[in-house]
Amino acid sequence: MGTFVMPSLGADMAAGTLVEWLKQPGDTVEHGDIIAVVETDKGAIEVEVFEKGRIDELLVEAGSAVPVGTPLARIDGEANGVKPSATGPAKPKVGTEPVRATPPRPSALLVMKGQGPRASPAARQHAAERGIDLASLAGSGPDGAIQLVDVERAECIRSEPGLGSGPDLSAMRRAIAAAMARSKREIPHYYLSHRFDLSAALEWLERYNAERPPPERLLLGALQIKAVASALKEFPEFNGFYGEEGFSPFPAVHLGTAIAIRGGGLAAPCIRHTDTLTLSDLMESLRDLVARTRRGQFRSSEIADATATVSNLGERGVESLWPVIYPPQVAIVGFGSVMWRPWAVKDEPVVRPVITTTLAGDHRANNGHRGALLLRRIEQILSEPDKL
Amino acid sequence: MTQVSYREAVRGAIRMAMQADERVFLMGEDVGHYGGCYAVSQGLLDEFGPERIRDTPLSESAFTGAGIGAALGGMRPIVEVMTCNFSLLSIDQIMNNAATIRHMSGGQFTVPVVIRMATGGGRQLAAQHSHSLEGWYAHIPGIRVLAPATVEDAAGMLAPALDDPDPVLIFENALLYNDTADVDDAVAVDIDHAVIRREGSDISLITYGGSLGKTLAAAEELAAQDISAEVLDLRILRPLDEAAILATVSKTQRCVIVDEGWRSGSLAAEIMARIIEHAFWTLDAPLARVCSEEVPVPYARHLEEAALPSTEKIVAAALAVLGR
Repeated sequence: MGTFVMPSLGADMAAGTLVEWLKQPGDTVEHGDIIAVVETDKGAIEVEVFEKGRIDELLVEAGSAVPVGTPLARIDGEANGVKPSATGPAKPKVGTEPVRATPPRPSALLVMKGQGPRASPAARQHAAERGIDLASLAGSGPDGAIQLVDVERAECIRSEPGLGSGPDLSAMRRAIAAAMARSKREIPHYYLSHRFDLSAALEWLERYNAERPPPERLLLGALQIKAVASALKEFPEFNGFYGEEGFSPFPAVHLGTAIAIRGGGLAAPCIRHTDTLTLSDLMESLRDLVARTRRGQFRSSEIADATATVSNLGERGVESLWPVIYPPQVAIVGFGSVMWRPWAVKDEPVVRPVITTTLAGDHRANNGHRGALLLRRIEQILSEPDKL
Repeated sequence: MTQVSYREAVRGAIRMAMQADERVFLMGEDVGHYGGCYAVSQGLLDEFGPERIRDTPLSESAFTGAGIGAALGGMRPIVEVMTCNFSLLSIDQIMNNAATIRHMSGGQFTVPVVIRMATGGGRQLAAQHSHSLEGWYAHIPGIRVLAPATVEDAAGMLAPALDDPDPVLIFENALLYNDTADVDDAVAVDIDHAVIRREGSDISLITYGGSLGKTLAAAEELAAQDISAEVLDLRILRPLDEAAILATVSKTQRCVIVDEGWRSGSLAAEIMARIIEHAFWTLDAPLARVCSEEVPVPYARHLEEAALPSTEKIVAAALAVLGR
């Protein structure tokens, strides 16, 4: 038996309001199912469940605000015969399966890819563009496949008046204020900067995109995210969380991406297992994430699990940025705009597209020597784009 | 406009080409005195004489090679190969000579030969006379491959084929020779583009040659079930009109390809690959195809019918794609 508790959807979150239950007693749930919607400073967030089983009892009514950690629902473990107890968790007997604390994460993505809803490419694309979760749809196609018509139907239903359509920006601003103030107060930041020639990556990208229709093209941001994720894999002291017992590296790279929201909001949800995705899958995830984030529809795992963050000023025409670490993470990598600059190649000055990469590191967890190697590694990866 | 058969349309096209250009001549097995094994060239010997309607020995490699040589020498030969099954004897000439000489001579020589051959099954002529090998030829760079599926295309494709400075292969499905239609005497057909034979919005049926009629019949049956099928006739198997394929699939988002060739390594496989390469995100269902069963085409009528694409098979494939 498991207890589903109010999750912490950010280091600064103390309480949340349960807006809506999406599952009812008697429903069976799978790892990754969306069970409820929780309102936080960041907006309404769809919360996933990490247990498998049947919902036994809902302990909190929709509309209640409760502190993080409050039990919200009891979930009966699947067919293991354990009866729910009325008060307090029973101590597991020696030899029985321990209460699942963390699910086996590395396989989560593969499971989703292989056994996710069967959906046509057209349906997937349409759903991704509109931020509709395929898992919430029923398919009418061959073998129950989700087709375009099913997504369009869901879209009609959703576009009817209901929950607010965008995030509450003033609340989001308060959340950013709290997190960043805590970061600057607690984290001894150090900064490194590295400028390098980006022509190999840009030429590769141009060739790649020239052969493809617009929906399949890649943005430079996808290459940067992939390069940082791959580099972090080799520098574990930059990838993880700093908690009460110090730094613990995290085995997978869930790279957060700072996404600006029109009107002044900012969120950094992550793409899970970033380093294992192909560039085209990564680009697809990124498009989906950006579209949903701008509407304030990200999932609990995306907002709470980021192990490091990338901040990218893209085409805003500024050469470099000095990012602020998002606690409890211990590193953030920034990319400035690509600038055409005089550059020395051998002993000749030439004009090259140049980018400035910066690293803000948490000195409690890592240091500048390794940080420098990390930035150099990012340069090296971006200079061999065909290996990405 | 006159009512003509596919056979008469091909004959008329040959006659007009020979009248228009002294360099044009026809050669092949039985094209002269016998009038062609499918009676395409009946009467032409009397009209043009043995210099221009030439019977050849049973030697596909030799007379195809002679046609290529004549083309290099400035003539405009039309070579008839009785069926594409026999053309394998001349494939060395077609592939190693006709298709390559322009390239290997650095553009100094071209080979303006037209090679016509019958293709397809359905006439109880057993395996060695019934196969559809046009997909193999569509694999070869340096040649153009045409598949006239209508009387109009049969009448209008020869002239632009003869005008093409490079080798052109025309595959005439033998089941079509008796089809009739009203056709303009001097019809002009472009040999670059596929054509939509029926507009539709729910599913694309892509086909060519002898399967067009079966496919249009399938579209009619689907219409009776409120399914609007678009039928694309490829007409040109090489170079494929990729834009037309992608346009129809992007429009309907579903597709069945009908190809009388065997499915492994087939033209249908190539079309599927291109759709996946360029139109993957528009698809709303897996692609499907109806090809010949992977056996030598049988002699017995019921077995032959079972081996070849049929209207029923096309309807069934379309319904499966639509989840009906």
